[in-house]
Amino acid sequence: MKNVVYEIKENKQIADKIYQMTLLGDTGAITRPGQFVNLKVNDCYLRRPISVCDWDKDSLQIIYKIVGTGTEKMAQLLPGDTMDALTGLGNGYDTAKSGERPVLLGGGVGVPPLYALAKQLKNEGKKPMAVLGFQTATEVFLVEEFSRFCEVTVTTADGSMGRKGFVTNPLAEMDYTYFYACGPMPMFRAIEKIAKGGGQYSFEEKMGCGFGACMGCSCQTKQGAKRICKEGPVLEREEVVW
Amino acid sequence: MVNTKVCISGWELENPIIPASGTFGFGYEFADLYDINLLGSLSLKGTTREARYGNPLPRIAECTAGLINSVGLQNPGVQTVIDEELPKLKKCYQKKVIANISGFSLEDYVYCSEKMDQEEQVGILEINVSCPNVHGGGMSFGTTAKSAAQVTKAVKAVTKKPVFIKLTPNVTDITEIAKACEEAGADGLSLINTLMGMRIDLKTRRSAIANTMGGFSGPAIFPVALRMVYQVYEAVQIPIIGMGGVQSASDVIEMMLAGASAVQIGAANLVNPYACKEIIEALPAAMAKYRIENLEEIIGGAHHG
Repeated sequence: MKNVVYEIKENKQIADKIYQMTLLGDTGAITRPGQFVNLKVNDCYLRRPISVCDWDKDSLQIIYKIVGTGTEKMAQLLPGDTMDALTGLGNGYDTAKSGERPVLLGGGVGVPPLYALAKQLKNEGKKPMAVLGFQTATEVFLVEEFSRFCEVTVTTADGSMGRKGFVTNPLAEMDYTYFYACGPMPMFRAIEKIAKGGGQYSFEEKMGCGFGACMGCSCQTKQGAKRICKEGPVLEREEVVW
Repeated sequence: MVNTKVCISGWELENPIIPASGTFGFGYEFADLYDINLLGSLSLKGTTREARYGNPLPRIAECTAGLINSVGLQNPGVQTVIDEELPKLKKCYQKKVIANISGFSLEDYVYCSEKMDQEEQVGILEINVSCPNVHGGGMSFGTTAKSAAQVTKAVKAVTKKPVFIKLTPNVTDITEIAKACEEAGADGLSLINTLMGMRIDLKTRRSAIANTMGGFSGPAIFPVALRMVYQVYEAVQIPIIGMGGVQSASDVIEMMLAGASAVQIGAANLVNPYACKEIIEALPAAMAKYRIENLEEIIGGAHHG
């Protein structure tokens, strides 16, 4: 973990209520896709944990949805403004178990952290696939970017883009060596019912500190209690207590 | 050159700054961020007889100028704390620490206190009779003078270490409980624990935390904490460790003027992991600004003519 004050390079809307922010500064503490940053937002007491979508040596990208006061304020920030961040938080995805042909399952704002994962899997010589699920066409984002690294299937709940339904509809017909999922709990439960083999889920939880001090996000697993912010947010399929 | 040294129960601290229990884990994880040996001391995560997972999620709700937590004393149990956590801490922290103990019966408090009494690393015992997040224990011991005195007596009988009782603000008259603890032999008092609070999620129309209510902390409660430290200082002779919403060096000075001999920092650690370090570093300049040479001399200063 590192405390870094980033400069905002860009903060733009990319879909309905969805914003993409590029931050300039030291990213040395980020080591794996699936990790997150915890951002200080003016006039909000607690920081906002947001997953890292992509990063390089001196910049990082986050994609967030306006869901409340904190993200509303974030959306109003301009290039040149700064953001105080605790960075390199959480364990992130482990690509060692992926096999040749892993599938990435993203739902809504669960899609962004899978982007850097897709990139890394591709760089490791694997052939990842992605199924990205959204509610409706106006909420769809990042599909083109994903398609540079993997085959992409889009689903929307109302059928306004891609295949009608949920990520589990295409998943049921696919062959894959492993899965990586990020999205809402109902999506995870649906995946859990039909997925074959091993996989990893990235969980979201209300956090106090985001770096392991308060036990506010500690969940029960088959390997004992784990802090979503520290030993998580990524848990192996076999250890999750549903 | 200003002097930040303070003394509680014969134990000299380099400075009065102590991270509060439950906001600093068992300390060693913060050692990755800075040299924690600059802390006056630190108060360990609340420890119980048996391991506890704590309350269901969500446990955290944000508030204006603070947060509600309902962790529910998650900890690995006293034996594991002694066997695993204290040795890990010892590698990166050479000073003595405050062992924070919670229980669900008198026997629980006695059991944990006896164990912690044997630990050289432990400077004082902080007996938590004020956790709002557990049923059938915790705060129920701290809400009547009689039961608070019973716990104090029982713990004092099994330890030679100084015993500080950590009091709840969720009572009609905190001075009555404070006096009862003093009469029962307490060496000092820690106050305040969190205030009972609640938030409702407007989307679900249910409480924002799974356990319905929780403990409210953060800068919003500072005036309440300060008032209670002030009142308790007038009611007892024993030293007070003041806490509740402290987040700056000037807050520390204010808390000491009200009557605190040392000051704990809680919620501030969660939003700024460097909070204690920054406060310690800011203290000499803040003292100079208010023409304070010896910090110890200002304790209770607001009470004198």
